[in-house]
Amino acid sequence: MSTEAPAAPGTYDNRVAFAEELIALARVDERIVAVCNDSVGSSNLTAFRDEFPDRLINVGIAEQNMVGVGAGLANAGLIPFVCAASPFLTGRSLEQVKADVAYSQHNVILCGMSPGMAYGELGPTHHSVEDLSWLRALPGLDIAMPADRLQTRQAIRALVAEPRPTFLRIGRHKVPDVTGETTPWTRGVFPVLREGTDVTLIGTGTLVSRALAAADALALDGISARVLNASWIAPIDTAAIVAAARETSAIVVAEEANLAGGLGAAVASIVSQLEQGARPPVRLMGLTEFAPTGSTDFLLDYFGLTADEFARHAREALAHG
Amino acid sequence: MALLHADPDRASAYLALRSELDSGTAERRDAVLADRARETRRAIVRTIGEAGQGHIGGDLSVTDILTTLFTAVLKLDPTNPGWAGRDRFVLSKGHCAVALYSTLAHCGFFSADELPTFMKPLSALNGHPNRNKVPGVETNTGPLGHGLPVAVGAAIAARLTKSATRVFVVLGDGEMQEGSNWEAMMSAAHYGLDNLTIIVDRNRLQQGARTEDTNGLDPLDEKLEAFGLEVRMIDGHDYEALFAAFAPSTTGRPVAVIANTIKGKGVSFIEDRVEWHHKVPSAEQVEIALKELA
Repeated sequence: MSTEAPAAPGTYDNRVAFAEELIALARVDERIVAVCNDSVGSSNLTAFRDEFPDRLINVGIAEQNMVGVGAGLANAGLIPFVCAASPFLTGRSLEQVKADVAYSQHNVILCGMSPGMAYGELGPTHHSVEDLSWLRALPGLDIAMPADRLQTRQAIRALVAEPRPTFLRIGRHKVPDVTGETTPWTRGVFPVLREGTDVTLIGTGTLVSRALAAADALALDGISARVLNASWIAPIDTAAIVAAARETSAIVVAEEANLAGGLGAAVASIVSQLEQGARPPVRLMGLTEFAPTGSTDFLLDYFGLTADEFARHAREALAHG
Repeated sequence: MALLHADPDRASAYLALRSELDSGTAERRDAVLADRARETRRAIVRTIGEAGQGHIGGDLSVTDILTTLFTAVLKLDPTNPGWAGRDRFVLSKGHCAVALYSTLAHCGFFSADELPTFMKPLSALNGHPNRNKVPGVETNTGPLGHGLPVAVGAAIAARLTKSATRVFVVLGDGEMQEGSNWEAMMSAAHYGLDNLTIIVDRNRLQQGARTEDTNGLDPLDEKLEAFGLEVRMIDGHDYEALFAAFAPSTTGRPVAVIANTIKGKGVSFIEDRVEWHHKVPSAEQVEIALKELA
């Protein structure tokens, strides 16, 4: 499939780190089980199945049942990683996520594989750009978005150590490493990837590396850009957002998701509640319509989710408010 | 985590009764069940009359099923509701919460003094059950078609962990129109979950009309058979038949009990009348109903 390639050297599919880490943890913790909807291959669970055939529960193409089964497994004290292509996990079984997981507080780890526009040319039916908006409305559900392979491993380790109802976006589109071994993975905290004083760039998932590239470009113009890796949308890092509003003169937020209710909306709503004088301009980058045909890279460019656009928004916000 | 706490006196009486019935005669068991079901029905009528809201028809149709399960079948400890080895009971037809609350209170999971708070502001006893507030509730239900998938997961977990836990789930018959149930039954059969018992409260009425006039379910037994379940069709108000139907699977397949019931069972003017899905009895009607249930 053309969405798989060509990938730049030094970029990685987070599903690989996900599977490796899950298997490593499952070897020492029998509570770990995986549940999927015929997505053994696309969720990268083949090796898990081969090593733990009884602990891979493939319910077939039945996402509502899949999430309910996950809740039942959690009820019994197991740690279910429920894995499916993100559009179907979130869209088809949204009510199960609400009632059986979030409202019931069953410790199910919902793994939205290949989120955003990772499925490129397969089109909007297979894109998961509504997930953040839908799931943000559910109290009691954590939403985490590891930006690279290290964060993916950290997220899984943290959830096994302390299971809680969580939606994890596990990217398929290859991304470079953006965090280092010393960057902690802390619930509800955006890692600060670069300090800056003029503008704050907030990216998530695939767009974090683009925020860093934009910061490099802005530095050439003498603009100091802070870069936050929005690894969480729930709980969101209110302190980091408020600090960005008070300490820098503009905020630009980019997400591979619909702007109606996603990360940018969350940031804007926090900033809007600050006192006058502490509300810098907030520019949002994301989707507002169903995508046309195109590869993931094409679509990221099409919707302006690029380092160049990040930098342009930053310059304009600083210049014009 | 739960907001409500066990009623120690009721709980110990319940546990003593359980062990007595486990070693007693079938006659004694059925007499106790009849007595407790009558008490539960009286609690349902009083609670709904007090609240001015509720789903009285389905509460009364499922009462004998719940009474039999909780009094003579399920392995539970109201003083330790989170006991890992407990059997799991899921009320998928969550709108019949009052029947479950009355049953749980009767067993001492919480004080019966809580029942009059049903649907009152900030009560733990919502219109649909919440596991984080009410001990004995395993999962939050209300939207239909949710309980069976959760029960399937719990049954798979019991098998993975080599636990003797059995899992029981009660569905309304109208609820069988939800596609998620059929997804879950396919899984239950595929995994050969002989520790799972699915009970359909077959009262033949849904909110607005008879099931067969809405989206017909018959022949339900043949459909469930075809989905790979061991089907047991019984009179859902016959305690001996209910108790027998809740015996473990003999075929290695999940068990499906079609319990033929009467919606509103026990109160003459409510029985088998579609309008009593969620109609509320007046104070006078409550008194008449309680006399009939005396």
